[in-house]
Amino acid sequence: MSAVKAESVFPRLEALLPLVQKPIQYVGGELNAVSKEWESTTVRWALMYPDAYEIGVPNQGVQILYEILNEQPDVLAERTYSVLSDLESLMREHDVPQFTVDGHRPVGAFDVLGLSFATELGYTNMLTALDLAGIPLHAADRSDEHPIVLAGGHAAFNPEPIAGFIDAAVLGDGEQVALEITNLIRQFKAEGSPGGREQLLMRLAQTGGVYVPAFYDVEYLTDGRIKRVVPNRPGVPWRVSKHTVTDLDAWPYPKKPLVPLAESVHERASVEIFRGCTRGCRFCQAGMITRPVRERSITGIGEMVEQALQSTGFEEVGLLSLSSADHSEIKDIAKGLADRYEGTNTSLSLPSTRVDAFNIDLANELSRSGRRSGLTFAPEGGSERIRRVINKMVTEEDLIRTVTAAYGAGWRQVKLYFMCGLPTETDEDVLQIARLAREVIKTGREVAGRKDIRCTVSIGGFVPKPHTPFQWAAQLDHETTDARLMKLRNDIRDDRQFGKAIGFRYHDGKPGIVEGLLSRGDRRVGAVIEAVWRDGGRFDGWSEHFSFERWMRCAGKALQDQPVDVDWYTTREREFSEVLPWDHLDSGLDKDWLWEDWQDSLNDVEVEDCRWTPCFDCGVCPQMGTDIEIGPTGKQLLPLTAVGAGVATLRA
Amino acid sequence: MSRQPPVRDVAPTVQKLRVRYAKRGRLRFTSHRDIQRALERALRRAGVPMAYSAGFTPHPKISYAGAAAMGSASEAEYLEISVTERLDPARLRASLDAALPPGLDVIEVVEAAPGALADLLQASEWQIELPGVSAGQAGAATAMLMTESAVEVERMMKSGPRRFDARGPIVRLAADSGSTASGAPCAILRAVVRHETPAVRPDDILTALRQVAGLTPPVPPMVTRLAQGPLDPESGTVADPLAADRASVGDAVAADPHPR
Repeated sequence: MSAVKAESVFPRLEALLPLVQKPIQYVGGELNAVSKEWESTTVRWALMYPDAYEIGVPNQGVQILYEILNEQPDVLAERTYSVLSDLESLMREHDVPQFTVDGHRPVGAFDVLGLSFATELGYTNMLTALDLAGIPLHAADRSDEHPIVLAGGHAAFNPEPIAGFIDAAVLGDGEQVALEITNLIRQFKAEGSPGGREQLLMRLAQTGGVYVPAFYDVEYLTDGRIKRVVPNRPGVPWRVSKHTVTDLDAWPYPKKPLVPLAESVHERASVEIFRGCTRGCRFCQAGMITRPVRERSITGIGEMVEQALQSTGFEEVGLLSLSSADHSEIKDIAKGLADRYEGTNTSLSLPSTRVDAFNIDLANELSRSGRRSGLTFAPEGGSERIRRVINKMVTEEDLIRTVTAAYGAGWRQVKLYFMCGLPTETDEDVLQIARLAREVIKTGREVAGRKDIRCTVSIGGFVPKPHTPFQWAAQLDHETTDARLMKLRNDIRDDRQFGKAIGFRYHDGKPGIVEGLLSRGDRRVGAVIEAVWRDGGRFDGWSEHFSFERWMRCAGKALQDQPVDVDWYTTREREFSEVLPWDHLDSGLDKDWLWEDWQDSLNDVEVEDCRWTPCFDCGVCPQMGTDIEIGPTGKQLLPLTAVGAGVATLRA
Repeated sequence: MSRQPPVRDVAPTVQKLRVRYAKRGRLRFTSHRDIQRALERALRRAGVPMAYSAGFTPHPKISYAGAAAMGSASEAEYLEISVTERLDPARLRASLDAALPPGLDVIEVVEAAPGALADLLQASEWQIELPGVSAGQAGAATAMLMTESAVEVERMMKSGPRRFDARGPIVRLAADSGSTASGAPCAILRAVVRHETPAVRPDDILTALRQVAGLTPPVPPMVTRLAQGPLDPESGTVADPLAADRASVGDAVAADPHPR
């Protein structure tokens, strides 16, 4: 398919490496990395996490797809990451293209460039990679020799701002659909690629599970709102569906997690213990778009943890999910794993847990075998009222009970996460956070009988996201966000009795506005992204690289002939009747239900979790043909006699 | 959790082993910290019964001695590990080598004799390939440098720029002709350098050559440490630091392995 030669560019790259920061990140050779002959494969994927290697390499989505694709004998998957600016300049100077870290092959030589967007702030990095790869930035300018540029990840649930740069997008779980796309390309190539690029995209679109933006036209009303989004040729579905993997035990990936030589942001193995969440927090896009809950079984988890430890040598395993303590058998999992690994200096962690005293027992159990990690809870809102608005279903009493258990069990510090700028929020709601933190310290001092109790409040601005009940909400402007955060900071600091015991960390409101523009933007926002990139915008998720001034200046220019501006995309509340840019992308959630939930939110009405109460008709299961998959299985983790067996072969 | 570290049963050290390993090819771009992490994971994968430190955050007991800087390859890196069961050095070598990524290669493992490993690593022998430089140019420059008694160079350290003598610790320095891995002709320097503080590295020698003789290689050099060990001041050669361990291994097995 490609005119680009697939030879390794490493000899040319190697000469540049002594001149750049952290060269090891470009070398590859990670433990459990796969190497294959180019010629022995027929379908070839370059998988990109569009951020620096240290952030991208632990990404579970990329690791899962990398392994699943490479398990196919005739499929090659290699990884590529964003190069830092020092290497970018040298690559331009010496004409070295964007390369994969596995075979150091030019990205332009692959059949597919798959990008995983965990956040919208990776969009400018995609443009750098396309440009360095010699792939035209605009999908319309590409020809048969170029890879299909395919977006996935949570941000792909509204890919409209990057619709002009990508050829296709896939919504939801990638495991099965990556194989389906592979089969389709294999077949297409076997037939001699009839009709070229356009026909291949047509075949992908016809499956109903791959969104090809070029096959849809967006019409606008004179006031700037979208009139409608329509297929512009026959055979293209009106709506494109998300993908849902069922029976997680059948997909125990990654089996062999990558272990990089370079330091990364997560120095641990991760085992996903369930996917999806139905707690119903209204701000949470992840919880809305990954429904329903599908658990991995206790025995499946046990096997994956053991396999990950054996194949990586990591000292820590994170038990991942959107709310890990909610697994129906979490107690037996925690006890079983703690028993298995006691005395082996292996740490187990639950990165995402709710405010619940039960979680302290879990944390105690898991810290038996290794290091004790910190305790973090996310009440998200400061007042009881605002927590009802966001459906957090956590009371102040719950929080106090939880920290009582934590300080009573010997922890000296807890971290609390909050958001600022939630719908209907007032200064008073946010100032309640200070009062809450003081209560936490007071309780801690009483329970522990000592003064050195600490609590850290971490707070950032709320960004409304597509496919959530808050998709219609007005985002709070950054000036008000920052003013509110300063009031909270002063309130915390000015308290003589408790102020010194409370740490305060916050993110200012400006990056949130850009994230909001990209999250709920439409195709017109693409011009803004391109202008920012041409102006030098890179690594927008990094505070040291992010420039709000650049984004606003470029947005002003790029949107000057449009009836819309940044405020229109961010701080404007939408009506029910407005066509949203992502309405033709089906997350399974019923739009009427989302609207009802939005109205309930405004009326302080809470919604329970469908795992324990009757279905509340969010629409996902009937629309997607899926079901909740939860235990308990009633099984237990048996002791592993194999642990440490390797030593027998080493003895003198 | 009190401020005292949790009481854990810490198994005692019953044996110390010294490891010589190489850092080759692409893996020369690893930093010392990268190697530390890779090694600790490899030890766990290989099932080596490491001794751990006590305290809040127990660490496996490994002492690293004089690691080569990022970008330099090496045939002679050394470290010492403490274990809680007596191990066979040859088996440990094979299994640790298998658990490390290719390019971090374990060359030899011996049971440690008494004395500190760091005390034995008195000097290094370096090979410095200079593509685009002729042996004649390099030879003239090294001769000029060696006639000086002291040459001050400056290097950026973590604490800021620091000036020190790069000539004094150079025991021997010679130039020859050779070719790079890709077959291009190049000058090859061989240097024996005494370990002092701050350590004089190959890039300091190149700085000194530039200052004294105006030698400016057109591309970054390819540096490899060939040996590290006790210095014979008479011959200016570097001896094998594990020779004493090998010689005393019979006694050490019979007696208390660690009288220190």
